[in-house]
Amino acid sequence: MKTTEEIKTDLESKTGTSITVQGEALMVPKEKLFDVAKYLKDTPDYQMDYLSSVTGTDYKDGLEVTYHLYSIAKKEGPVVLKTKTDREKGVVPSLTPLWRGAEFQEREAYDLVGIHFEGHPDLRRILMWDGFEHYPLRKDYTQEDQDRNPEQF
Amino acid sequence: MMEHTLISKPDFDTQTLEVSLGPQHPSTHGVFRMNVVLDGETIVKLKPVMGYLHRNHEKLAENMSYLGSMPYTDRLDYICSMTNNFAYALAVEKLAGIEVPERAQYIRIIMAELTRLVNHTLLIGFLLNDLGAFFTPVLYAFREREKILDLFEEVAGSRMMCNYFRFGGVKADLTPDFLPRVKELIQNYPRFLDEFEALLSENEILMARTQKVGVLPKELAVSASITGPMLRASGVPYDIRKVDHYSLYDRFKFRVPIGEHGDVYDRYYIRVLEMRESIKILDQAVKEIPSGDVISKVGAGFAKAPRNFKPKAGEAYGRIEAPKGELGFFVVSDGTNKPYRYHVRAPSFINLTILEDMCLGHKVPDAIIILGSIDIVLGEVDR
Repeated sequence: MKTTEEIKTDLESKTGTSITVQGEALMVPKEKLFDVAKYLKDTPDYQMDYLSSVTGTDYKDGLEVTYHLYSIAKKEGPVVLKTKTDREKGVVPSLTPLWRGAEFQEREAYDLVGIHFEGHPDLRRILMWDGFEHYPLRKDYTQEDQDRNPEQF
Repeated sequence: MMEHTLISKPDFDTQTLEVSLGPQHPSTHGVFRMNVVLDGETIVKLKPVMGYLHRNHEKLAENMSYLGSMPYTDRLDYICSMTNNFAYALAVEKLAGIEVPERAQYIRIIMAELTRLVNHTLLIGFLLNDLGAFFTPVLYAFREREKILDLFEEVAGSRMMCNYFRFGGVKADLTPDFLPRVKELIQNYPRFLDEFEALLSENEILMARTQKVGVLPKELAVSASITGPMLRASGVPYDIRKVDHYSLYDRFKFRVPIGEHGDVYDRYYIRVLEMRESIKILDQAVKEIPSGDVISKVGAGFAKAPRNFKPKAGEAYGRIEAPKGELGFFVVSDGTNKPYRYHVRAPSFINLTILEDMCLGHKVPDAIIILGSIDIVLGEVDR
């Protein structure tokens, strides 16, 4: 298994993307995310055939999506990809065409964090009901019990 | 998606019929709905609808101390509270760099494997319920499950919502008669499995109903992030206990059974085989368990004052082979005493992705057993 730095250098030369390393994660610009993911999936060196987890996070200055990729064929991993997008109209390319496993997870990130996945076959709310207006996992979401002192829990 | 042509003939007009299976129906294992389009009795479209049990578990966890969510993880997959604790503890230990003493690791493995026995036994019982063998298999399964829940009660004080793991170890040491009781259990359990198998494995009705039903091809299973017994029944040898070597699993000798056809029967049978492997692990663990601390000093300190627990800023993803598949926790810390982001990668939820693919072309009663063979718990699907 290559180190994060080696993967970064390789990806930069092969896909022409500028990638920054954040801890164990590789921050990829959203325009190039699909290409990078496809390269990781199809190249025999990596064979990242298994998308384990998709997480949407609200960082106040923008929304982030984190992808954990593993290789079942080579029993290696993880390669952690991240991408950043705007808070107002956050659009990220969908990875569902590459991995079916992203379908429900992207719907969940759309539902709870409000990230729009471009190219998703069926982007609807999944856990909250249709017509619900907010994105509950955003940091500025108002909760009903917000006036209570959180330290008592 | 498969295109389906209606079976109507020129002189005989037919229409498709839309039916809601659930949410209030015992075969959905909770509150879960399948919107099904039927052509005659054949399923031509199926959309799962979920969220009836949604309580935004992740938001709750982001508003309390790290240890505060430990009892909440019990309520995700409420059949397997011990493994939920395990995955969460693993993620946070990775985040904060906490070591776990050897005895605690052994205790954790014993609990995880006992949980696997509980889960798989119950699954087979409920699957038979879905097949129409009402309550007899389920009661046999419950009889055995009781014995394991008694053991959980003995160490954790609670039968289902165990809340037994702490960061850096476990809550309390084993009681003196715990290990002898586990020994007795692992002596008797294979006998129960033999009994179950004698009744079921070569049962003509079971075979007729489950073989070649709900086939999940290897490639689709991998691409759709299917994990656990579902994936292995499709013939992919991938077990996180073997791949990640988390905790002390590399010390144990056990095999990873895989299926051949990926149908409902394989998914039933793989669980029987996995239980036999779990018994092997338990047998080794009970023999080799060392004495010593059950929680590290650092962990014990934080267990007493959970709000002082402030991991340095960073993030960690901890995953284990839970009975239902890969259970992962992604925790992001910003240096305060509450997680900035807390995400659950729930196997039941993601394994539902391909429900439609497996059901297309089958009849309604087949859809019920296909759903049963996925092994979902709605507490985990909806979170």
